[in-house]
Amino acid sequence: MTRAQELRAYLIGFGLSVVLTAIPFTLVALHKDAQLTLWVLGICAVLQAIVHLRYFLHLSLHGQQRDDLQLVLFTALILLIMIGGTLWILANLTRRM
Amino acid sequence: MTTTKSNYPGLNLGAAHGDDHEAAETAIFGFWIFLMSDIVTFGMFFAVYVTSALNTAGGPGPKDLFSLTSVAWQTGFLLVSSVTSGLAVLNLKHEHSQSQSPRKWLVFWLLVSVLLGIGFLQQEVRDFIDIAHKGGVPSRSAWLSAFWSLVGMHGLHVSVGSLWCLVIVMGVLAQGVIQRWKHAIMSWAVFWHFLDLVWIGIFTIVFLRGLV
Repeated sequence: MTRAQELRAYLIGFGLSVVLTAIPFTLVALHKDAQLTLWVLGICAVLQAIVHLRYFLHLSLHGQQRDDLQLVLFTALILLIMIGGTLWILANLTRRM
Repeated sequence: MTTTKSNYPGLNLGAAHGDDHEAAETAIFGFWIFLMSDIVTFGMFFAVYVTSALNTAGGPGPKDLFSLTSVAWQTGFLLVSSVTSGLAVLNLKHEHSQSQSPRKWLVFWLLVSVLLGIGFLQQEVRDFIDIAHKGGVPSRSAWLSAFWSLVGMHGLHVSVGSLWCLVIVMGVLAQGVIQRWKHAIMSWAVFWHFLDLVWIGIFTIVFLRGLV
């Protein structure tokens, strides 16, 4: 990648992040329907996380060497098991109490 | 899709940097492993937060304590800072393959990033004081303990990151853009981007979800 392309990646990432931040903040400020707002919050956060990983941290599914991608994917797996497991078990306990 | 060989995750210094690029492989990859463990730690704090989000024990709740405007400012500071730290790395990559190049732009972008980081911290500390004044101290409820742990730990990371950046600026000014500081800038920038990534989770799950 040339310097211009790399600079453009940061600027695209910045532009997308601003939009994906503005949408949830606006919805919350305007007190829209709670159920809808929560869904939009979740979707915007996931999209913005992907934007950051792609444009700021320069991760991609292509061209990653050896352990790099595995390191990130393994961490994602650990997070999924630990967070998912915690929420599952504690939500279950709450219902039984 | 053809891609140039990358030695480690993220933006690489590139072959023009010679030895500095080769040596970065272990340094930066190792730092990524640390960051992954750090993100697991944050993940568990998030899990604890979500499981205790409703346990306010009759004390103040999110709507009594949070300010949307202040969180928007903090988000802005951190996002712009993340971009300017990226600009510092681009400057390092393209202007400093020979260490004689002038350092002023590199130092400029690093200082801009750290100033924005301090702007974030100043706003966050004001919020913390405000929340404590309204009775939202950590010992009040399970929810507040979880809130202070999660947001406080992120704030601690930003403080350490700001300090680290200042050390790098002093190192670069004293010794020039040598290998040691190149690796430090690359690692610090990744660290800084990650803090912004964690902040997305915080402003969504803690602040916005709390104010809905």
